[in-house]
This record gives sequence, structure tokens and C-alpha cells, in this order.
Amino acid sequence: MSPLHLCLLLSTVLFCIGLAAVLVRTSAILVLLGVELMLNAANLNFIAFWRYGPGGDDTGVIFVLFSIAVAAAEAAVGLALVIALHRHRRTIALKAANQLRG
Amino acid sequence: MSLAFLALALVCVVTASAAMISRNLIHSALLLVLTWIGLAGLYLWAGADFVGFSQAIVYVGGVSMVVLFAVLLTRRQRDEPLVLIPEAGVGRVVAGLAATFWVAALLVPAMVVAPLVQRAGPGPTLTVKRIGELLAGPHLVAVLVVGVILTVSLIGALYLAAPVTAEDQPEWDNGGTGRDRGNQEEPS
Amino acid sequence: MTLSASLLWLIPATPLAASVFGLFAPRTARTLPIAGALLGLVAALGLSVAALAGALVDPAVRATSDFAWFTFGAQTLRLGWLLDPLAGFMCVLVTLIGLLVALFSTAYLRHDPRIGRFFGFLSLFVAAMLGLLVTNSLLLLFICWELVGLASYLLIGFWYERPAAAAAAKKAFITTRIGDLGFLIGLVWLHQATGSALFHDGGAGALDAPTLARLSSTLLPGGWAVSTAIGLLLFVGAAGKSGQFPLHVWLPDAMEGPTPVSALIHAATMVAAGVFLMARVFPLMAADQGLATVPFHALTGVAVIGAVTALLGAVLAVAQNDIKRVLAYSTVSQLGYMMLAIGVGSWVAAVFHLITHAFFKALLFLGAGSVIDATHHEQDLRRLGGLAGRMRVTFATFALGTGALMGLPFVFSGFWSKEAILHAAEGWTVSHLPFAAGLVGVVLTAFYMTRLVLEVFFGKARGEGAAHAEESPGLMRGPLVVLAVAAVGLGWLGLPNWPWLQTRLQGGDWPVHGLGEGFGLMVVSTALVLLGIGAGWWWYGRVKRTDARALDPLARSWPAVHAALAGRLWLDELYAATVGRAFAMLARVAAFFDRWVWGGAVEAAGRTAETVGQVNRAVDEDGLNAGFDNTSEHLRGSGRRYAKAQTGDAQSYLRVVAIGLAVVGVLLLWGGVR
Repeated sequence: MSPLHLCLLLSTVLFCIGLAAVLVRTSAILVLLGVELMLNAANLNFIAFWRYGPGGDDTGVIFVLFSIAVAAAEAAVGLALVIALHRHRRTIALKAANQLRG
Repeated sequence: MSLAFLALALVCVVTASAAMISRNLIHSALLLVLTWIGLAGLYLWAGADFVGFSQAIVYVGGVSMVVLFAVLLTRRQRDEPLVLIPEAGVGRVVAGLAATFWVAALLVPAMVVAPLVQRAGPGPTLTVKRIGELLAGPHLVAVLVVGVILTVSLIGALYLAAPVTAEDQPEWDNGGTGRDRGNQEEPS
Repeated sequence: MTLSASLLWLIPATPLAASVFGLFAPRTARTLPIAGALLGLVAALGLSVAALAGALVDPAVRATSDFAWFTFGAQTLRLGWLLDPLAGFMCVLVTLIGLLVALFSTAYLRHDPRIGRFFGFLSLFVAAMLGLLVTNSLLLLFICWELVGLASYLLIGFWYERPAAAAAAKKAFITTRIGDLGFLIGLVWLHQATGSALFHDGGAGALDAPTLARLSSTLLPGGWAVSTAIGLLLFVGAAGKSGQFPLHVWLPDAMEGPTPVSALIHAATMVAAGVFLMARVFPLMAADQGLATVPFHALTGVAVIGAVTALLGAVLAVAQNDIKRVLAYSTVSQLGYMMLAIGVGSWVAAVFHLITHAFFKALLFLGAGSVIDATHHEQDLRRLGGLAGRMRVTFATFALGTGALMGLPFVFSGFWSKEAILHAAEGWTVSHLPFAAGLVGVVLTAFYMTRLVLEVFFGKARGEGAAHAEESPGLMRGPLVVLAVAAVGLGWLGLPNWPWLQTRLQGGDWPVHGLGEGFGLMVVSTALVLLGIGAGWWWYGRVKRTDARALDPLARSWPAVHAALAGRLWLDELYAATVGRAFAMLARVAAFFDRWVWGGAVEAAGRTAETVGQVNRAVDEDGLNAGFDNTSEHLRGSGRRYAKAQTGDAQSYLRVVAIGLAVVGVLLLWGGVR
């Protein structure tokens, strides 16, 4: 298997680990961490294609930089939301945020 | 070279899995920091030095701190030593894993068999100077937009996490003013 | 001085700038946003007049100015501006009425602390409508169309602290959104079928003859032409915006906004958009006309819906007690007339009526606003009365507007435009039912307007507000007088024997015929108007109402009919029973899938039995107790059942998203990824 395929496989595995955490874990913090992991997996793809792809331009790297910046913002807002949730419900279980339940 | 990749990949997968399985939130956060370090190593291995260091600084230095603070701020009691997460129900675990399985069953074979055009030989080199030129040149607008997003999200995070005060109560919550009268009320 | 097509964007840009200015001004600022809005509207009016002058140099020419928005792959998405007499006349109309309404609002909302915000929204409303008028691209039209919807939402819900206003804003937004879905599908389909989102593009645009020939010759299964289907989808959008029959329910509720907003919505901006869209895409709507093999022509549907709406609106207006609601249903009815005219093939008559109607309906609404303001927000006509002596200017202008709306012969503008529509409907070969509906509507219009004027302005004052009413300030009277002049005089632009407006709109010859040819029709409709006025006087004029609590005379004569009309024929309840129930079925299916796919095997079996039981019980209930008295129960029950699918659990939603992703991926792989 070529290095590119290995990189893609690794990123897929990381993505699925993150996805499983998002879908299964009860703690809102862990769900957020799962999202971060999925974002990281996507970043790894960009780098892999930049390194092994047909090449010619460096957009992949620039994109990852932006992605990291936005992910940092997302983490800050997400964790602030967790704190707000905790203040209102005294718990960080995602199930507690179910005001929209019919 | 490939050996380094395998080692880093192993670190990433193992720590990520452990972080996502662990019942202790603090352990999870610390394990995930290891994953991020592994990923930074992978970027370095691929030749994207600047991205690797950015990853290390932002995630290992920044995001992990935010996560740890969030964990500590949301403890049940102040003296609670370990933050344990309640178990998810069996149904939730099964359903979530089943959904994940479907996505994985689609993605993994696709990734493995994809016929990709590849570059032979050494990878491209990208100096910090070049990155700076790219950011300040063709991607300048995006940089500005990201700056705005970061500012706004920072303000938003502050607003969300700030304690609620009495004057935040909505003013309109005092019934209608009855400015127009509707057609519904029939005189009796 | 004329304005070329490449500078047309200036027309919507000036009010847009004013609205940005108004919305970002400090919350307490009052003078600056108002001055900005008025300045923007005056500038837009000047530019519109210049544009109209340019368009009238040669009415047959459609000047376009296109630009590339963005390029993806080999495709370039182009937008553009289009100047023809239709756009020119409409721009002048919208800016003029917008300006008058804005002037009126400065007085009407003088005590409102958020008046600056109001003028920001108002400018946005006008700007969106102007953008919609001058665009050469269906996509840009759709964008402005949605902006119009947004602005109307903000304005109807301007007094958002009142629950009724907030609900009405929501209702208007959602109901028109249902229509917009049809519009969007039609838009995408048109773009896919023609490869162009431009209207006119030197033969390649969506409305150019070669494209239309291709569209109408391509047949769908069932023998329908593609152009028929697209035309009907676009009409669904227009029906939502213009309050046509199945989607008219939002329009009367929109009365919850400030009265000047109602005037604007009902005259120039919101509801005019649908009629304008139909006029703009008329070549597409009519493309299937020549094809005898096509089972159904798009315009036939438009005519039928228009006729039903014209009749329904007039019938419902009879029994309303809110002065603004009477006018609102009258708008529904008049919009029906316009759609009817388009359906029978005379979009020129529709636009003629749109223009005259805009002026006299704005006049009527602003007159109603003047009454409401003078009587301290009393708008129940049972508690008004006797205002003719106290508010002379308001009464005189309101009476002129009433005459125009009824179509009193020979002097008033409404007479000539309605005559044009009836004349076109009479000549329609497919069916005479729309014509008959139009004639009945004439009687009803005269009847309910007579009732309104008699109840509001005559008799004795029956409420505190009416007893102490004083004439409104000059800033309110001024626009009324200007509008009254227009409401009377504008009809002279389009006489049957001197069709100046029609010729310009058509961009070519318009059949000139002497007054004698349509004279029989004029006599008939005049007689019908007089019949309506007579009937109105018979019920409401002979014995004037003396007590606000007295029963409506019509209710005394025919209680059942009056109850049905006052209940708006229970259309809202019918929707709850039908659409609501359909949603309940959907919800049950959705809930069933959710449980069956995701529950454990044992759990699934249990839940399935439970669902079956639920369905059983529901069928039992629906089957046995399907009376009217049960509809509200059904509504509540269906809501509850639908709500069950909404677990509020983010992770269950995400599971569905993940599975959806996998399904889409599989489908893509199946189809072969390109």
C-alpha cells in the first residue's frame, strides 16, 4: 500500500473513532473532543494530498492553517456552551440539552 | 521513514481510541493531547513543518487548556477527585456504533481502493516565507474573514460563559400592549 | 435625462443604502433614519422616472446589462439588469407609493420609540422590491423575492411584543415559504432545462423565443410540456406571495403590522411581486398555448385559481368587522382579478389593474390608518361611526378610493382597469366561468365597500374613540390627497379608445377599439355596481347601527351564511384537519422508521406493536369522529404525534445524519463517481 493510501486509511480510522465518540458518549465535552478529532482527520487528508498528490500548489497547507484556526474558535465556543449547559442543568450530559423535544 | 509513520499512526490510533473509551474525562483529555502531538509529528514527517508547529501550539497548548478548564469547571462537587462519566445506555451504544460502522464500511474500502494519482520522489518544500506570501497575497480575504470569525467567536464564548445577571431578563415578557383589537372578540 | 440598463442597479441601491444606514443608526436616533429613508426614496423615485423615460424611448426594446457573478468549472453564472416599460412603470409605482407611505408613517408612528428601526425595514422592503423589478435573472429575482419576504416578516412583526403580531409574521413567512418551494423547484428546473438563468440574452435567455420553443416541445410523461410544469411551479410561488386561493390565509393576518405597512404590502411591494413575476415570465406561461396536444395549459390553472380567489376574497370581505380585514380580503379579491387577467392571456390588463389598484388600495389603507390613529387604535367598525363630519379630508379621500375600488363608471381608475380585465375574460374561449366569477365579484365588492363606508363614516359614533376623533395631521392628509388624485386620474392612461399605457407595456400595437364596442359590458358592470351599492344601503344604510353590540343586519337576515363568512369559511380549520393530518401520518411513518431501524430487536418489536396500536387508535378516531368539532383535537393530536419524532436528543439526529451520509455515498458509488 502506498504512503498516500496509508495516510488516508489512518485519517479514516481517526475520523471513525471521533464519529463513534460523537454518537455514543454521553458527556458533551467528549462529544466536542470527538468533533475535534474528526476535524484533525480531515486536516491529515489535506496534508497527505499536499505531500503525495499531483501537486503544483500549496492550497492544502493553507487550508489546514485556516481549519486549525476555525477549530480553535469552535472549541472555545463549544466549551463555553458546555459551561452554560452545566450552569442551567447542573450536568454536562448531552441528553440534558433536550429542550427542543416534542 | 515509513517506520516513523507507522509508529506515529499507532500512537494516534491507540491514544485516540483510549481517549474516546475512557470513563475519566481528565484521562480522556490528556490522552487526546497525546493524539494531537502524534498528529503534529505526522505533519512534520510529511514535511509540513509550519502546520506541525501550529498544530502543537494551538491544540496541545491552547485547546487542551480550554478542555481541561471546562472539565474542571463542570465538576459536580469541588472536592470530586475523578470526573467520571455516566455510562451510556446499551441502546445508545449499539445504535451509535452501528451508524459508525456503516460510515466506516463505506469509507475504509473506498480509501483503500481509490485509484489516486501520486507524485513519485520527494515531497514539495514549503518555506514559512512562502506561506506568509500566500496568506498575505491570494488568501488575504480569507485571513481577514477568519480573523473576524475568531473575534466574534471569542466574544460569543465570553457571552455564553459569563454568569447570567438580572438585567438579561427579556423586557417583552410582560404581555401584549393591546394596540390593535382583533376581529375575534364578538360582543356578547 | 434617461437611465441606461447598466445603471439600473442604482434604483434598488439607494433605498438599500438608506436601510443599512437606518438599521445601524443608534437605537434612539429618530430624525436621521427617517431623513435617510426619505432621501433614499426620493432619489430612487428620480432614478425610476429617468429609467422609465429611457424605457419609453422605444417601448419594444428590452435593454439588458449582464455581468458574470461567478464561474465554476466551465459554467458561468450570469446575472443582469433588464429595462423595459414594465420594469419602468413598476419602479415608479413602487417608489412613489413607498415615498407616500413613508411620509404618512412619519406622522403615524410619531410616538413609537423604534421609529428609526421601522424606517430601516421600510427602506429594505422597498429596495428588495425594486431589485426584483429591474433584474434580468430569475435567480436574482428569487433572491430579492426572499428579501421581500424577510422584510415583510420584520414589518408585520414590528410590534413583536404583541403575540398576535409575532404569530402573524410567522404565518406570513411560512405560508409564502410554501409557495417559494414551488418557485425554487421551478427555478432550478428552468435553469437545468435552458442552461441560463437570464430572462433575455440575445436568443439564449430563458424567455427568448428559441428557448421557449424547445421547452414547450419537450414533453414529459403524460403529455405535459416542460414549460407547462415549470410555469405552474413558478405560479405556485406567485400564488404564495400574491395571496392566491389556497395560500391566501396569511394576508388578512398580516394586518397585525402597523397600518402603513399594510398599505405598502397590499399596494406596491409584497403582493405585487407575484403578479409582476407572472407578467415577467408571461412568455413562458403562454408557451404551451398553441399546442393542442398538451392536456392542460399553465394559464388555464392561473385563470381558475384567479377566479376562485377573486370570488372567495369578495365573499369573505362581506362579514369582517375589522376595518383593515375588510380591506385585506378586498386585496385578496383584487389580486384574484389580476391573476384571472393573466390566466386569460392579458397580462397587460393585469399590470394596468395592478397599477391602479396599488394607488387606490394604498389610499384606502392609509385612510383606514388615519381613522385608526384618530380614534386611538379603534379598528372595529362596530365601534366607529359618524366620522364623516369630523374627518372631512379623510372621508373625502376614502370615498374616492372606494369609488375606484368599486369601479364607479367613467371617472374612477378602477373602472377602466377592471373593465379591461372583464373584457379580456369575456373573450376567453376556454370557459366563461372566470368571467361570471368576475361579474359576481363586482357586485360583492360594491356591497362590502358600501357597508364599510356606511358603518365607519355615517350613523352616530358608537365608541369612545370615534366620538372624540379629530382630523389627522397634515403629514397624513397630504399623501391621502396625492393618492386620491392618482386613484381617480390614472385610469385615463388606458382608455379602450386611447390605450397609451397598454401600448407602452406591450411594446407594440394594442387593439384600439371605440367605447361603443365594450359598451354593453360597461352597462352591465355599472348596473352590477349599482346593485351592490343598493344592497349595501338596503341592509346597512336605511337603519343605521346605533349600538356597537347590535347584531349585524346580514346576520339577522341570514344567520347561517353570516356565521360561515365571519368564520372565514373555516378554511384555517380545514387546513388544520387536512394538512395537519397528513403531517401526522408522515410523523407516524417517521417515528416508525426511527424506532424500527434503531431500537434493539426486542424493543423494536414492542415499539412496533405500540405504533400499530397507535395507528389503530388514530384510524379509529379519525374514522369515527371526523366532524368539524373535532378538528382542533386533531390538530393538537397530530402536533403531539409529529413532535414524538423530535426527541430533542442531538445524538439521535447525528446518527440519522451519519446514516444519510453513508446512503448518499453508496448511491454515488452505485451511479459511478465522475
